[in-house]
Amino acid sequence: MGKAFDSIVFHGKNCDGCGDCVTACVKAKGGSDALSSRIKILPDGAGGFELALCRQCGEAKCVMNCPSGALTKNGDSGVIDWADDKCVNCLLCTVGCAYGGITYEAQIGHVIKCDQCGGQPACVAACPHDALAFSTIAGIYNSYGDKEDMFAPGLSACQGCNSELLIRHTMRRIGPNAVVAAPPGCIPGMGTVGYNGKTGAKVPIFHPLLTNTSSMLAGIRRYYERQGRDVTVVALAGDGGTVDVGFQALSGAAERGEHILYICVDNEGYMNTGMQSSGSTNYGSWTSTTPVGPSLKGKRSDGKNLPMVMMMHNCAYVATASLSHMEDYYAKLDQALETSKNGFAYVHVYAPCPSGWRFHSSKTIDICRLGVETNFIPLWEFTPKGGLRFTLPTENPRPITDYLKAIGKYRHLEPAQIEHIQHLADERLSLLSKFVRDTGARPAAE
Amino acid sequence: MGETNYLVVGSSHAALEAVHAIRMIDAKGSVALVTRDAHLPYSPTVLPYVVSGRSKPERVALRDEAYFKTMNVDFVRGATLVGIDAKNRTARFEGQPARKFDKLLLATGAQPIIPPIKGLDKVPFHVLRSLDDALGLRKAMGQAKRAVVLGAGLIGMHAAENLVEAGLAIGIVEMQGQVLPGYFDAKASGLIEKAFAAHKVTLKLGRKAQEIKSGAVVLDDGSELPFDLLLVSTGVKPELGYLEGSGVATERGILVDARMNTNVEGIFAAGDVAQAKLFQAEGTGVAGILPAAVEQGRIAGMAMAGDRALKPYPGHVSLNTYTFFGQQAISVGAGVAGPVPAGAETIERADAAKNAYLRLALKDNRLLGAVGINVSLDPGILWQLILRKVDLAPVMDRFQADPLAVGRVLMSRLWR
Repeated sequence: MGKAFDSIVFHGKNCDGCGDCVTACVKAKGGSDALSSRIKILPDGAGGFELALCRQCGEAKCVMNCPSGALTKNGDSGVIDWADDKCVNCLLCTVGCAYGGITYEAQIGHVIKCDQCGGQPACVAACPHDALAFSTIAGIYNSYGDKEDMFAPGLSACQGCNSELLIRHTMRRIGPNAVVAAPPGCIPGMGTVGYNGKTGAKVPIFHPLLTNTSSMLAGIRRYYERQGRDVTVVALAGDGGTVDVGFQALSGAAERGEHILYICVDNEGYMNTGMQSSGSTNYGSWTSTTPVGPSLKGKRSDGKNLPMVMMMHNCAYVATASLSHMEDYYAKLDQALETSKNGFAYVHVYAPCPSGWRFHSSKTIDICRLGVETNFIPLWEFTPKGGLRFTLPTENPRPITDYLKAIGKYRHLEPAQIEHIQHLADERLSLLSKFVRDTGARPAAE
Repeated sequence: MGETNYLVVGSSHAALEAVHAIRMIDAKGSVALVTRDAHLPYSPTVLPYVVSGRSKPERVALRDEAYFKTMNVDFVRGATLVGIDAKNRTARFEGQPARKFDKLLLATGAQPIIPPIKGLDKVPFHVLRSLDDALGLRKAMGQAKRAVVLGAGLIGMHAAENLVEAGLAIGIVEMQGQVLPGYFDAKASGLIEKAFAAHKVTLKLGRKAQEIKSGAVVLDDGSELPFDLLLVSTGVKPELGYLEGSGVATERGILVDARMNTNVEGIFAAGDVAQAKLFQAEGTGVAGILPAAVEQGRIAGMAMAGDRALKPYPGHVSLNTYTFFGQQAISVGAGVAGPVPAGAETIERADAAKNAYLRLALKDNRLLGAVGINVSLDPGILWQLILRKVDLAPVMDRFQADPLAVGRVLMSRLWR
């Protein structure tokens, strides 16, 4: 119970209906024509494509409907296994499936379904357009529970807050051999630095001033190094403490190449003190200090792009991340951790805020994803040797309005403002692209 | 007297799904699954294949003892429910001590109807509802040469096919003018009848068995069908004798609401024994099919355990899949077996060379039902299109031309 599994992911907008996946499936499964393919690609009548494929459901109706015990959920792989010698061809499984994932093919003489090729799906390997992917993100969630949670239960973050999700994941991964700095912001505000005389974390955690987070961490790390101890020092800071008030100390530490892992959780404002605008707040955003009225229509100036500023410090490692893409974040966290042993690592995580941005608390991860898919927040990483590398495709973005319309703080935007935001996003991507040196493999830690 | 928080009587699909749903919510409450059967849980649907030998009787179990141990469920076999005291929350069993319960699920299924045919009580005959029935029929089949099947429903037709494959000469008697009435229209049934006729099965449609003599069935037209093996498959109905004096309301089955609760709070019913809401018609009915038993059992279990994710039962949609001599038949929804409902339109296509036939029934741009013989269809998708009342207007022409592909596109969009 409770185990997560690898799965085949379909990015329909990338599919051009070439059929290579179908051919690969037929070949892998020893069929004769497209009818024996377990994956079916279907034109949607409007130029796009849709998919019929077994979803390997958790509560699988095909399994429930099977009268002969021929279909079972495999507890190790998550695949719905089909046993030829138990199947009676009653087709009741096809009644249960709402996706066309298990189908009777007359010339084969029995039902067929995807078995994920034992963990190496041929269709995914054959797809030339990144329309199919094999997500192994489940491994993160399976191993997550085995690692110790470094924070107390019952932190009082707002409903739908992704900062809490982020810090719990991050510190489980980093482990107990760490010291955490949490300058004023939502993260200490939710109780991580302690509340009512109780401690909020299982690692040493302290609450520096907004101005001196990086300086204090630098001193702590240097002290440990002098003692001959390898202790990770981590900043879990908000955008106010990073982009505005803490910037001088951050810039100095980056310039000196202090051995710090600095994670900025950017919710684009001072959200725990009443949703005031910060240097990171984007153009057009409603905040309590950039209201919407007869003359003012949200923030008038453009937000700072701090990860780019940090890249210009030539830090040993700089990356942007979003929790909609957890595998990407974990890969970057690993590299940042490794880098921070010998240099300055800066990770900028975009953190949509249901309370301050005005969207429903159930939509946080959707908003994260929309930010990435519209190229509003391109995900990339940088090392001085390797240059910049986009870690997710930036081709064929969704229109920026998909993102803006989902968020209340942009509800008032006028067409000219939307046009300006689109322009900013295009310019940002264009500028970032100029730092790409090599589109090859992930650069090694330096 | 034993005491149980959740007492589930019966051991097929509805009962098993209920137990699963209860344990999803309540890991600690005591659960007992009590069945009159002597075997591990199995599905009545698999029985024709036990008769044919395709399914080994020792391999048809839907759960094993290890499952019940893991789930901490007290699995009791060989205990027949004989009475319920709703006031004192007690169920009485034959061969087992009575049990007190907090919540009770009746998933006792249905039993064969034995028609009042003169002489039937004088001859040995078979029915096919339990694993023991199947093993008995399989044994008798080996020694018989000629069989007569009374009733051309799914069980009768499956059994007849198996008897043909075993080399017996077969006669089928059906009161109505076609095989599988209720699921298929006359044209669709015609294709099925053709396949049986090609295998030298004698079909006596629109005929009643007047009398059973030793070794022959006498029909209402005076003709006789000789047999040395007789199978009675004229339908099933729930046996409700154990409810006498309990105050639990019944008609053809046990009346339940959208949570599968009977008129007595805390006593539930699901599966072939339950008379629940219909999706495409007013009133209630006994669904009598496996997918409905699964749905109802799951809902009953969720209601018993107080699962707040419970969505009320939307009602039963007629569904069936049937394979015969390597061919396939699918029936989903309404308006495809009998007369066309008012305001509905039907689309028919046939391809005689391929023995293929498709009939779609549509009303107000919504799918009412579909029948396909040797046509690829996804019954699960068609079921969802009916349940969700999907507006097909934007895709109507394409849907009529290719319900398979367009249905898949519509459902694919619901999934990222």
